[in-house]
Amino acid sequence: MASTTRTPHPREKRIIFKNIDRPDWTNDIGCYLQDGGYEELKKALTMNPQEIVNEVKASGLRGRGGAGFPCGVKWGFIKPGGPKPAYLICNADESEPGTFKDRYIIHQDPHQLLEGMIISCFAVNARLAYIYIRGEFPEGAKILERALAEAREHGFLGKNILGSGFDLEIYVFRGAGAYICGEETGLIESMEGKRPYPRIKPPYFPAVLGLYLCPTIVNNVETLCNVKYIVRIGGAEYAKIGKPNNTGTRLLCVSGDVQRPGYYEFEVGGVTMGELIYDICGGLKPGRTLKAVIPGGSSAKVLSAKDRYKIKTKRPDGTMVENEIGLEDVPLDFDTLAAVGSMAGSGGVIVMDDTREMVWALNNINEFYAHESCGQCTPCREGSLWMKKITERMLHGGGAERDTDTLKSVADNIAGRTICAFGEACAWPTQSFVAKFRDEFVATAGTKGNGNGSTNH
Amino acid sequence: MELTAELQARIDEVITHYPVSKRSAALPLLHLMQEHSGFIEDDAVTWIATKLGLEPINVLELVTFYPMFRREPAGKHHIRVCRTLSCAMAGGYQLLDTFCKHAGIQRQGNGHGTHLHKSEDGKYSIEFVECLASCGFGPVCMINDDFYEAVAEQEVPQLLEKYQ
Amino acid sequence: MSAPTELLNVQIDGVWHQFQKGTRVIEACAQAGKFIPHYCYHPKLSSPGNCRMCLIEMGMPKLGADRKPEIGADGKPVINWIPRPQISCAQDIAEGMGIRTESPMVKECRNGVMEFLLINHPLDCPICDQAGECHLQEYSVEFGTSGSRFLDEKVKKPKRVEIGPRVTLDDERCILCSRCIRFMKEVAHDDVLGFVSRGSHTYLTAHPDRLLDSNYSLNTVDICPVGALTSSDFRFKMRVWFLKETKSICTSCATGCNTIIGTRQNEVFRQTPRENDAVNSAWMCDYGRLNFHYVNYPDRLKTPQIRESQGLVDASWNSALVKAGEALKQFQKDEVAVIASARMTNEELWLTKKLIDSIGTSRHDVVPRTGKADEILMSADRNPNTLGAQLFGVTSETPGSGLKAIADKIRSGAIKAVVVLGENLAELGLTVDELRKLGALIVIDILPNETTRSATVLLPSSAFSEKRGSMINIKGRLQRLNRATQPPGMARDDWEIIRDLIQQLTGSNGIYLIEDVFKQITDSIPEMNALSLSKISDKGVQLVEETQEASATV
Repeated sequence: MASTTRTPHPREKRIIFKNIDRPDWTNDIGCYLQDGGYEELKKALTMNPQEIVNEVKASGLRGRGGAGFPCGVKWGFIKPGGPKPAYLICNADESEPGTFKDRYIIHQDPHQLLEGMIISCFAVNARLAYIYIRGEFPEGAKILERALAEAREHGFLGKNILGSGFDLEIYVFRGAGAYICGEETGLIESMEGKRPYPRIKPPYFPAVLGLYLCPTIVNNVETLCNVKYIVRIGGAEYAKIGKPNNTGTRLLCVSGDVQRPGYYEFEVGGVTMGELIYDICGGLKPGRTLKAVIPGGSSAKVLSAKDRYKIKTKRPDGTMVENEIGLEDVPLDFDTLAAVGSMAGSGGVIVMDDTREMVWALNNINEFYAHESCGQCTPCREGSLWMKKITERMLHGGGAERDTDTLKSVADNIAGRTICAFGEACAWPTQSFVAKFRDEFVATAGTKGNGNGSTNH
Repeated sequence: MELTAELQARIDEVITHYPVSKRSAALPLLHLMQEHSGFIEDDAVTWIATKLGLEPINVLELVTFYPMFRREPAGKHHIRVCRTLSCAMAGGYQLLDTFCKHAGIQRQGNGHGTHLHKSEDGKYSIEFVECLASCGFGPVCMINDDFYEAVAEQEVPQLLEKYQ
Repeated sequence: MSAPTELLNVQIDGVWHQFQKGTRVIEACAQAGKFIPHYCYHPKLSSPGNCRMCLIEMGMPKLGADRKPEIGADGKPVINWIPRPQISCAQDIAEGMGIRTESPMVKECRNGVMEFLLINHPLDCPICDQAGECHLQEYSVEFGTSGSRFLDEKVKKPKRVEIGPRVTLDDERCILCSRCIRFMKEVAHDDVLGFVSRGSHTYLTAHPDRLLDSNYSLNTVDICPVGALTSSDFRFKMRVWFLKETKSICTSCATGCNTIIGTRQNEVFRQTPRENDAVNSAWMCDYGRLNFHYVNYPDRLKTPQIRESQGLVDASWNSALVKAGEALKQFQKDEVAVIASARMTNEELWLTKKLIDSIGTSRHDVVPRTGKADEILMSADRNPNTLGAQLFGVTSETPGSGLKAIADKIRSGAIKAVVVLGENLAELGLTVDELRKLGALIVIDILPNETTRSATVLLPSSAFSEKRGSMINIKGRLQRLNRATQPPGMARDDWEIIRDLIQQLTGSNGIYLIEDVFKQITDSIPEMNALSLSKISDKGVQLVEETQEASATV
């Protein structure tokens, strides 16, 4: 089994992952305090909560869970002094295939998360908060429980935190194997003890009608950790990291056909796809060529190495210029990845070389979404399983000529018509795989795959 | 169904985490019950419902939704192998087959099963699970609560050796 | 009186309309004559938005730099259309909102959802009880395609599940709209239904320890848009398209739920609730709904009978009525008692009072029936027309308070003759021997019992589904029964029998039609002034202002 310690690459800018893989680092509060831990909390408690919200707004921090929604704007929806209590929930349900960043924060640096979370609760005046951690992280849940106990012992949690008059309790809530609980309203329903069926929006926007129909902020682990650094250096300074509208650092999780897969932290947009694959991750396996990349978790649309992408960039004089670039030249930031027709999503980069069969890859993804669809609304419930049945049949030699078109049409009938974003999450892979590798789909209908998606193993 | 005093105390403590609605404790209680009994017995469903002032269907709806909850006992050691894309590319399907071979588990099909597959001696059970969030270090698996990354097929016998 | 509601301007398919603030988009469209197909939406339940059949295009006024709506060439706001389709079931209209219900995008959405709903559906319409009133059938004609692109195996689910004593479930037909679950939780307050498993394998069920045995369970069958939930009582008895539908009211308690009686060839097959917000919303209880089978019993009384030495023998109506009149004339006023029923219509009760007056007796009452009110629909008063019986003086403020004295006087011989209308004196504790000692026992009824078997004159009459007439429910609402079937054999309408009895005692009284009876009533009851039976609309007329405590909880 591989060693769990990895040395950071020189091009990385480690802020959130600063302590990950440090040989001298342990996940207890003693180590964290020695390293200057909870200083930002002390600072935050001297600030006006609204000031913190303003700093987060100024930082330009965008949510790291997948949707990339501006965090400060989200917080701004909570009106101070409302009649109902506000809640904060940390979304630690890390489930998007290809994504494996929160796991390491929770396991190796839990107090960083807690500190960011306590500051965030203070900012939005939440007196009760929960960490929704996926059920498959039993060790992570134990680590968080211990970290919470330590924080309580040190007066960072509980009544009158550090004499500030601010009270806060945080509890760990464990999921039990459901991707849909990563969707914030599904998560809230799950926490209310119901089937995690996402709610319709409108009217159930969490910031207005969230947990127990009270204003609720749901933030990803990485997002909350960033809050600590925004308090440390100020929103304006934070905004200088990365690019305008794509600020801060990004944890990128690389998996698939590269020499050195793993997690990396860069300034947002600090590396291109080519730099990531060839410079940072050691390139492809010998003799292989790049075929496709899923840049933001399995629901992000796949990008083909053959395609050229038109993106607009701003010249120093402010005018816009359109450039045509290849996949390897795409900088990995929110806006560019959206411009090339995919998304930064959760930061999970899945690399596929020329040995991978696209029908096999899509079938694997389709099986995931068919298994994870909650079944609440018609298009996703019926469509996700149907797409899986088609790709599976194609793989096992039962393909029909019309399958390729049917696949696309089924996906088209899901995307944009469901209660939650799972509709897009399950439709985008099919839409993009079929669009970009159509010939392969047409050819595979009727042939048989070998089980691992590789034609050359 | 016998509940130890310790379990009862833990249950009561967990319910206090949800001062607004004790229904929120349904999932936490199911976890405690499964830790206690190894699976969710029929009695546990009605017991939790009564404890939380719910109808038994409200609890059954949850047990059947979340795949981590079992309605039947697992093997003494339960193996979860990740099935999803990055692990599959790294050999997750082969890893599952290798585990089955060495653990003495007859398994039909490669997809998600409705039943757990168990070795005849009851020592091991196995299931495919979806992404375990360690995609860079596939194939990954869990044995009970222990997590293993980049598991090579030849490592399987010694790994099973640890779980007797 | 509530304040006048604000009117909002909404554009639907290019035409501007005005609707009251608070109107759902789907309802506004309906009011504008644009029907939006839907499965999960039900106006009496919460809106989960899960079926996605009601997707429409929606937009809001485009705002200019001054944050005010831009006005187009037509003087109306320019609409900024939302690129994604929106559900119309969960949102209220807003000022300046634009809606498209017929655009290509909307058609595609409906077509897509229909296809999804059918790929795993068994398509077993020929053997499905819902056929003919199935929304899947209906919408697939209008919004679906003729062919199927589905080449794979369908999902298997439980079939023929007895989910409760009166409801049968076929999970393969279920489209998971959750109407039944929401009904049981929100209306019946008995949260026993739920979904188990997940994704495409999700199915409806009840926990084995808590089945769907609520007294409101059959409403889930009514609101099930497909053939998943069917009535165990009705299923496979009759294809629904053969049923003749008659609007009426339930007579099993004082609530008077509005109903539709489904009949074919003079047989009642089912009763279903008919929406009336002033009475029963869209629901009725199982007890009332299923309380009709006796109408079809083979032993219904069909022929007038007269007691001769050898027992009861068939007679003509004329001879039976003459016999009854002669018998009654033999006794002093207070030697005759009249036991009527609060299950009778207003018209029958009015005439009953006339009969009482013709006889001149002070000994009369109705038989009360009480049970426990359930705080949903079922009234503690299980008689449907106690108010009518009181209004017309057939009984007193306290119905049944005179019964014990009457029973005692029958036993003592002080009462020598009794006219019984639709009640069984055995329920007052009187034995057949005691009844046989009476000088005359004139009985009007529909089914045999101790009293009919003891009658000296037996006059067969009509059941609730066989008559036209009115009743007043517990909240003071005048409602109408309509004739769905004809009474069996020679049995007659009750009001005619009573009129004829009166004629035997007092001669002709100028009543030829039931409308004549009703005219007499309205002439003497001020609250009913200017009404006629025909003018009682399908939803009834409130006679007295509703009191807070009497108002329904649904």
